Amino acid sequence: MIANFGLDLERYWSALPPELPPDWPGGFWWHWLVFTIIIIAFVLGLVMGFIWLERRGMARMQARLGPNRVGPLGLLQPVADAIKVLLKEDIVPDKADKIVHWLAPVVAFAPVLMIFAVIPFQNGALLADLNIGILYVVAISSVSTLGIFMAGWASSNKYSLLAAMRDVAAVVSYEIPVVLALVGVVLLAGSLSLNEIVKAQQIPFILLQPLGFLLFFIGGSAEINRSPFDLLEADSELVAGFHTEFSGMKFAMFYLAEYAEALFLSAIIATLFLAGWRGPLLPPWLWFLIKIIGVFFVIIWIRTTVPRVRIDQLMALAWKFLFPLALINLIITAIQVLAWPEALPWAMIPVNIAIMATLVLLWSKLFKLGWGRVEV
Amino acid sequence: MLADYGYIGLFLVAALLFAVSMLLIPIALKFIKIVPQKPSPTKNSIFECGMETIGKTWVQFNFRYYFYALVFIILDVLVVFLYPWAVNLRELGYSGLIVALILIAIVVVGYLYAWRKKALEWK
Repeated sequence: MIANFGLDLERYWSALPPELPPDWPGGFWWHWLVFTIIIIAFVLGLVMGFIWLERRGMARMQARLGPNRVGPLGLLQPVADAIKVLLKEDIVPDKADKIVHWLAPVVAFAPVLMIFAVIPFQNGALLADLNIGILYVVAISSVSTLGIFMAGWASSNKYSLLAAMRDVAAVVSYEIPVVLALVGVVLLAGSLSLNEIVKAQQIPFILLQPLGFLLFFIGGSAEINRSPFDLLEADSELVAGFHTEFSGMKFAMFYLAEYAEALFLSAIIATLFLAGWRGPLLPPWLWFLIKIIGVFFVIIWIRTTVPRVRIDQLMALAWKFLFPLALINLIITAIQVLAWPEALPWAMIPVNIAIMATLVLLWSKLFKLGWGRVEV
Repeated sequence: MLADYGYIGLFLVAALLFAVSMLLIPIALKFIKIVPQKPSPTKNSIFECGMETIGKTWVQFNFRYYFYALVFIILDVLVVFLYPWAVNLRELGYSGLIVALILIAIVVVGYLYAWRKKALEWK
């Protein structure tokens, strides 16, 4: 009975939905138009959902109520916020660099939207199936840092500038472990195209690459400046960080970009480690949505659980903990790809989880991440 | 393949247009007096917790990530070399693995040197 059930599950899992033709639905321009609208609607809709989910979820975890007046369960709160922010006065400081101040929200938001061009919603249902998908994601996701730096610099506010500098330092440090953790996925899948990677996941890569998943999750959270790594808007130190001098729609763009980045991290994790649109019974796009919301819920959970780190701890974590482990993970994965017998892919799961546990425990014993006072 | 990059280019245009038009909505609303516009010297000053700002902001100052940036460039080049290798590892076999290990070893020597010299400390 159990064996039978296992076989059934495996059949459901390995049955891929039919691949859509490259320019579905019909013709170059239709494909572009349909997917542009889908992506923008997807991002805006889910960002609103995420804002609601984060505020309600955080309130729940902190034994508060959260927004519950606008609409049923406060569901219309993000809409009310959007309208409010649209009608606010646009304040630009006299000393600010006006052109850069105006451009910064655009530069911060547009690249985040660009990332979704290569994320598959279903087998073959994506704007452009680039054969360098992951490289594209890694390259484009770093550009919005430039927007944040422009915002901090143009504000002519010392706290904003410090916040922007911190963001650049964090992104420069966490880029390396994140990108190295992705190489492990590429090794297993043998392709850079995100759709091909989803197809290669007979077993979700979170089970084959537990260490890579952990490194990518931590590094990704730091790159999109989620708590506990949100040093660039540490309210107790830097007023409101890089967007202190922004109001109205410009501020809303940064807010939007922040949550769109969280959405992009959830979508990338769902695609690369949780088998993307794959899953039994339910339609593929629904599976993808469920996985994205699940990952985002974990991100909220971490935000409410872990206190904010200090900047020297942030740097030490990236350079002394994540980077060496990412290199070791890469080498182990490369050896496994070459030497592991093809017939036994499932046996890799306990081995890799054991390797992850040993390495993380060992490495955290080796040195301390600079607790106590900072030397100045 | 080229068509795919065409999609990306067109999507970039759409994304930029979307972002810019979002910023243009309040400017349009300003003309029909829905969005207020009442600047004053106090409102347009810089907010630093209520203190008057002292001196210029755009000065040179020592922010400490210079060494990190240098190490980052070296490691980033390593990663760029690793991506094509990772895609083709199954065809390259063990010789490919050994070559990549030598490359990684060279970079790791530099990384350990930076660690020993305390270039990775934040101070």
